[in-house]
Amino acid sequence: MSSFNDRQLIDFVYAEARMLDEQRFDDWLNLFTEDARYWMPLAPGQTDPLLHTSLLYEDKLLLRVRIERLAGARTFSQQPRSRCHHLLQQPGIERVDRDAGTCTLRTAFHYVETRHDTQTLFAGWATHDLVTEEGALRIRLKRVDLVNCDAAFGNINLFM
Amino acid sequence: MTTASKYLGQPDAVNALVRDTEVHKDLFIDQELFELEMEHLFANAWVYVGHASQVPNKGDYYTTTVGTEPVVMVRHTDGSVKVLYNRCPHKGTKVAGEVCGNTGRFFRCPYHAWTFKTDGSLLSVPLKKGYDNTGFESCEAARGMAAVGAVHSYREFVFCRLNPEGIGFEAFFGESLSTIDNMVDRSPEGRLEVAGGVLRYMHHCNWKMLVDNQTDTCHPMVAHESSAGTAVKVWKEAPEGTPKPMAVELFAPFVNPYEFFEGMGIRVWDNGHGHTGVADSIHAAYSPAPGYWELMVAAYGEERAKQILGDVRHNTVYFPNIMVKGPIQTLRRFLPIAADKTLVESWTFRLVGAPDLLLERTLMYNRLVNAPTSVVGHDDLEVYERAQEGLHARGRDWVNVGRLYDPAERGQVNVATNGTNEWQMRNQYRAWARYMTASMEPPTSVRPEPVEGSARTTSVRPELVEGPVEVAPGLRQAQPERGAAQPERAPVQRDEGGHP
Repeated sequence: MSSFNDRQLIDFVYAEARMLDEQRFDDWLNLFTEDARYWMPLAPGQTDPLLHTSLLYEDKLLLRVRIERLAGARTFSQQPRSRCHHLLQQPGIERVDRDAGTCTLRTAFHYVETRHDTQTLFAGWATHDLVTEEGALRIRLKRVDLVNCDAAFGNINLFM
Repeated sequence: MTTASKYLGQPDAVNALVRDTEVHKDLFIDQELFELEMEHLFANAWVYVGHASQVPNKGDYYTTTVGTEPVVMVRHTDGSVKVLYNRCPHKGTKVAGEVCGNTGRFFRCPYHAWTFKTDGSLLSVPLKKGYDNTGFESCEAARGMAAVGAVHSYREFVFCRLNPEGIGFEAFFGESLSTIDNMVDRSPEGRLEVAGGVLRYMHHCNWKMLVDNQTDTCHPMVAHESSAGTAVKVWKEAPEGTPKPMAVELFAPFVNPYEFFEGMGIRVWDNGHGHTGVADSIHAAYSPAPGYWELMVAAYGEERAKQILGDVRHNTVYFPNIMVKGPIQTLRRFLPIAADKTLVESWTFRLVGAPDLLLERTLMYNRLVNAPTSVVGHDDLEVYERAQEGLHARGRDWVNVGRLYDPAERGQVNVATNGTNEWQMRNQYRAWARYMTASMEPPTSVRPEPVEGSARTTSVRPELVEGPVEVAPGLRQAQPERGAAQPERAPVQRDEGGHP
């Protein structure tokens, strides 16, 4: 982490959101370490991803399945396709361990997903646990806490 | 201007919507039929409310809906589980506000502080003197929060029937209860607990599309090619020798070939209940959880343990609106909101005394398949919502459920058949017509006075009461004997144009 200043850490989070908005999913997936998790808890303040269910708790294999599926010829729920928009507050640096090369950022966001004539707004906080691998920043855990995580939702098709 | 009612008080018109191999599109898109379902079907049938482990202590409550009626399930001071309408008898305010909580020894309405014991009876009213000499005692309000017609807890699964009279619990469910038995028996202690949170998924489609889908074995390899098929494809790219992840084990069977689903079998019970997965199922080949078999043998003996774990039923539909998966301990509720709106709740259970890995697997299954973020769920919801819109088209008025139809099937129950037979769907729609019309009377020119205490509930025709009649204890006095419950009616007007 010693080679990255605060501005670069913050810009990493902005760049990640932009990849999602531009649907550059393969680039996005490359931001994750091999042992990474993408976690969307179902309960406020949830601590256990295994013995309490979540909206998502995906490893890289499941994220890859999701991404390949989005482009599939018989993925009827994406015909027509969804689009999304992230609006981020400036990420806050919660914790930096320069010796271990890890840090945590927390970002309040509004996220909009659209399909057909429907536009759905979600609000929450993203927490990024970052590490350095071969001189680059990588995501080990992205945790997305929706303010209404326990509400009844329709389809959430893309990534927040 | 008035619009003629198509179905209100017209049981013949309702019955005509269900043919041998077809059902009319109005079952899915007609709001009047939806309202009649709430009035009749959901009042005549036994409907799942919740699991007793959600209210372990006295005063614990859980609020939900039966049909579209707000109810509260509560552990009474005597230890029994009551199901009350969640409505203050004073002004109508919902008395219990949280999804779950503990109310202590009584409920207190937040509006005017009327209090009620946990069996619903009125405990106190502030400034009660103001009701002296007002005839309060004979008012509805003095009777407190109303109880539903009847409640039955089967191995801690709490069901209720809104109508005070009608078919008995055992007669309604019959042999189908064996699926609940199997799920409970999978706990070495013979006990389940609701665990892991509930997934809630809003669907803009009719609730019966979901029920229909539970025993539809010709869709997984088509609709889920995008999700489960992609999972299998991505997994094949993994280096040889990589241990098969739990997620792949859960996903892969969805895209088994037709022959697998044909051989899996379907069993059909009476009253709309039935299950897929008689001989085999998509849940049959999961990796064993270390230590579980030994615990089961210690609890039941080897032979019985083998029998319990060898029963790998896929989806059991408990008509009208839940589905249970014994081998993966999930229960899905299809909660009707409107003709084109359904809330799907997916509940999970811990097998008490079994390794945590089983709960972990159950929760992963639920997340991968039943969450609003689930790719499998996306596949299904897309086709339901397209059907909800497509059914408005003219030129084709019927939905086909004729696959492997045999005229001799009528009247047969407890029968196992080919796994791609749509018999179970036909079974559901026949039960739908039966319980829709069970309490439906043609319009009369003279409306009878309502029986005291049952102004909302019409009597069930005696020939449709197949089992012992259960009457909620609190209603015994208010209800005249069955048979005497219907006041004399004027002859039904059948003359042309004679409908009032």
